[in-house]
Amino acid sequence: MLNDQGRPTAPVRNGDDSDTRGTFTGNRALAQEEALIFEIGRVGTTGVDIEEPTAFAPRLGGLARQDGIGLPGLSEPEAVRHYVRLSQQNYGIDTGLFPLGSCTMKHNPRLNEALARLPGFADIHPLQPLSTVQGALALFDELSRWLRELTGAEAIALPPKAGAHGEFCGMAAIKAAIAARGEAATRTVVLVPDSAHGTNPATAALLGFSVRPVPARADGTVDAAAVAAALGPDVAAIMLTNPNTCGLFERDVRAIAHAVHEAGAFFYCDGANFNAIMGKVRPMDLGVDAMHLNLHKTFSTPHGGGGPGAGPVALSGRLAAFAPLPYLKQDGETFTLVEDEASAREAGAAPLGRLTAFHGQAGVFVRALAFMLSHGADGLRQASEDAVLNANYIRASLGNLMSVAFDRPTMHEVLFDDAWLKGTGVTTLDFAKALIDEGYHPMTVYFPLVVHGAMLVEPTESESKASLDLFIATLRDLAHSALAGETERFTGAPHYAPRSRLDETRAARQPVLRWAPPP
Amino acid sequence: MRYLPLSDADRAEMLARIGIDSIDALFADIPQENRLSGDLPLPRHQGELAVERHLRALAGRNVPAASVPFFVGAGAYRHHVPATVDHLIQRSEFLTSYTPYQPEIAQGTLQMLFEFQTQVAALTGMEVANASMYDGSTAAAEAVLMAHRLTRRGKAVLSGGLHPHYAQVVRTVSSLGGHATVTLPPDVAAGEDLAAHIDDDTSCVVVQTPDVFGNLRDLRAVAEAAHARGALLVAVFTEAVSLGLVTPPGATGADIVVGEGQSIGNALNFGGPYVGLFATRTKYLRQMPGRLAGQTLDADGRRGFVLTLSAREQHIRREKATSNICTNSGLCALAFSIHATLLGSEGLRRLALVNHANAVALAEALATVGGVAVLNGTFFNEFTVRLPRAAADVVEELAGRGILAGVPVSRLLPDAGLDDLLLVASTELNTADDRAALADGLREVL
Repeated sequence: MLNDQGRPTAPVRNGDDSDTRGTFTGNRALAQEEALIFEIGRVGTTGVDIEEPTAFAPRLGGLARQDGIGLPGLSEPEAVRHYVRLSQQNYGIDTGLFPLGSCTMKHNPRLNEALARLPGFADIHPLQPLSTVQGALALFDELSRWLRELTGAEAIALPPKAGAHGEFCGMAAIKAAIAARGEAATRTVVLVPDSAHGTNPATAALLGFSVRPVPARADGTVDAAAVAAALGPDVAAIMLTNPNTCGLFERDVRAIAHAVHEAGAFFYCDGANFNAIMGKVRPMDLGVDAMHLNLHKTFSTPHGGGGPGAGPVALSGRLAAFAPLPYLKQDGETFTLVEDEASAREAGAAPLGRLTAFHGQAGVFVRALAFMLSHGADGLRQASEDAVLNANYIRASLGNLMSVAFDRPTMHEVLFDDAWLKGTGVTTLDFAKALIDEGYHPMTVYFPLVVHGAMLVEPTESESKASLDLFIATLRDLAHSALAGETERFTGAPHYAPRSRLDETRAARQPVLRWAPPP
Repeated sequence: MRYLPLSDADRAEMLARIGIDSIDALFADIPQENRLSGDLPLPRHQGELAVERHLRALAGRNVPAASVPFFVGAGAYRHHVPATVDHLIQRSEFLTSYTPYQPEIAQGTLQMLFEFQTQVAALTGMEVANASMYDGSTAAAEAVLMAHRLTRRGKAVLSGGLHPHYAQVVRTVSSLGGHATVTLPPDVAAGEDLAAHIDDDTSCVVVQTPDVFGNLRDLRAVAEAAHARGALLVAVFTEAVSLGLVTPPGATGADIVVGEGQSIGNALNFGGPYVGLFATRTKYLRQMPGRLAGQTLDADGRRGFVLTLSAREQHIRREKATSNICTNSGLCALAFSIHATLLGSEGLRRLALVNHANAVALAEALATVGGVAVLNGTFFNEFTVRLPRAAADVVEELAGRGILAGVPVSRLLPDAGLDDLLLVASTELNTADDRAALADGLREVL
């Protein structure tokens, strides 16, 4: 059976599970089953003691809520147990190596959590008088300085809330710059390589651009000649990820930038893979006009099961004037925010507009700056070198067993394809699921799309050599097993996770997206 | 460097395995002339103590809400968050996990999201909700784009009671995408005639309740007017706690409900990270942006949860996706969900009632101050007062006296001629002493 992503799902389990004898509760020691809050909570129960106010004359007009709201409540001990049990069904970086390519799952220092919770950061309001938040604005300034130095940018736009939002910001600045040149009607196409993250074409489309694909060379990188052939007076920009999603540095990046600029277009760089090149090269020196930085990847703010992130955008001198509102301004010792268009225009800027109600992910900024200060310029460079070294160590240790997609030194992630699994009856997905049984989070699978059965491994700099050696030994053992035809280890996997393989097709065909009382 | 486990000996061994002499060989694809030779002109690494000192000093230059009588709202609200919430969201397995792409080892996140979606749907009175957006303002912009797709029209009508920053976000996203917007003038008294602006090109009307001036709005008439012309009603809220006491938009004809979830479970955080809530009718599901957790079965027939309907999303559909959103606000959604679970219907109702009672008491206290007029007929926990002179100056003077009095409307609408208006919010955290301090402070500076 195939799911809507064209991937096999819901496998038939081979044989019986002699090691999964049932228990009365369904629990297995520390592995606890947990019902939904709607099944264990009770209407009328609350875990928060709030007194009814004394009688007063309400000012709700006729708009008082009439229904029972429908939120079950739990007492505090029940709530704690519920969420602790749920947490125990999750794998995090703190659990083990998390080689999810493109996602940069590195250690999350707890210092950063503690600092972000200081009342001077967590308990300040975005619309307090600016005279009462000078420390926070100074932090914005300091973070911007670090990001400018690391990227070579003229300006940093802080508001974007995540990577895709940053893409929108950077591409919107490009669109504004093109409109300012009077070319909005003609430059309507954005070049996007096939290996790009899905967010790139989606962002271009949101901005009303059409997408023109750029093929990659056989070696996994983009050919400047192919870019030149795709360029024309209708092209607004190229969106290029560098290092790219195959883990390779686009070695013709300067020629590509040159061709793009010669054609009157702009160069947007997806900075998702910046972790490979901190302190090694400044992207703006390579001709980049705009690039977002995923603070939740490169600068280690926790992913929290899917967010929040932060996606500040580095802008070149050609785009700085188009940065969104609000932006920071310094008058002597005092920081202010330019929050409205009229003030910005008075100062000679041409902001692209406003992307979020307030100033961006300030709480994430605290964590990212703490990470940068802890590493320093020397530590960030070392982090990138270690991340790249770790990926190449894995490549060198597995390349004779699993097929490396591209035969060149890699950056901070290494890409395998499934050619080596041909004829084994084991798919990339099966291989990933077997890794779960070994206590690892799988690598990114089936991305990038340009490689068949892709497995993208990103170890990050946070792993010790011993950790890498065990991971490598595990992968080697699994690989030998697959090649030896021991398919049960794979097609039935995972055997030891809180759930066996989940039926994604069923979820999509019969969507159940909220709890409803049993009929 | 304490975060980097490799020793120099490790590095040497690893280079040997790779078969190279120097790490530089791995960076050979970077153009030689652009490769940095030394470290960037930034400070070198520092120990935990030094970093903590530095950031504590920055934090010390801000005035935290808890340290003063505090009445600032306008889209972000200071509430008491039970200690349990912050403890639980810092559980490693929640904090350091990724988007649940491997559902068998992410059931904690997925079940939580399924519960969150159900809670948001119940709170808003809608049928289905997604797994969160960045914040209320970006959710509002996404709602407008969704309405365009559903109606195949391209014009949104924005109420003059919509938070001006939300209106700006909607206008920015709309104009860059080639869509039209009509923004009504600031509507302090909630008296605008939205129906008159709906025509056959209108995809949606965007209305906020409680609106930015604090007024509660009955959406029934505008819903009917919109539906009569084939348009949708997008209802917005910026104070989720209000839903504990006020008729939810789903009960008054809204087609898409979006809002800011910060005020349940999340701190002020100087504007972010927050959590955008997004709910709609089941019939509009396929055009909804954002991730969705759904229920399914595992290979052994046990209930489990996965991310689903991803054919709407960018990683599958690319330029044809409903949105470019990928990372959302998962951990903030968890905080919201835990706090909502602790509250339950009864706790939320009482919390909302205390907010309302405190705001009513504040309105009464301020009405006794000479020169101050409370403008609202209705409100929840925030209202507008007219001052005899520029509110921004008054706010600055009161800040100097250790009172954060609220948001001058001129901060949000600098050119609207509303400089004498002040938005004042009061939550369960405000005491009678706070109210007296604000009233006395106003008497002194006015």
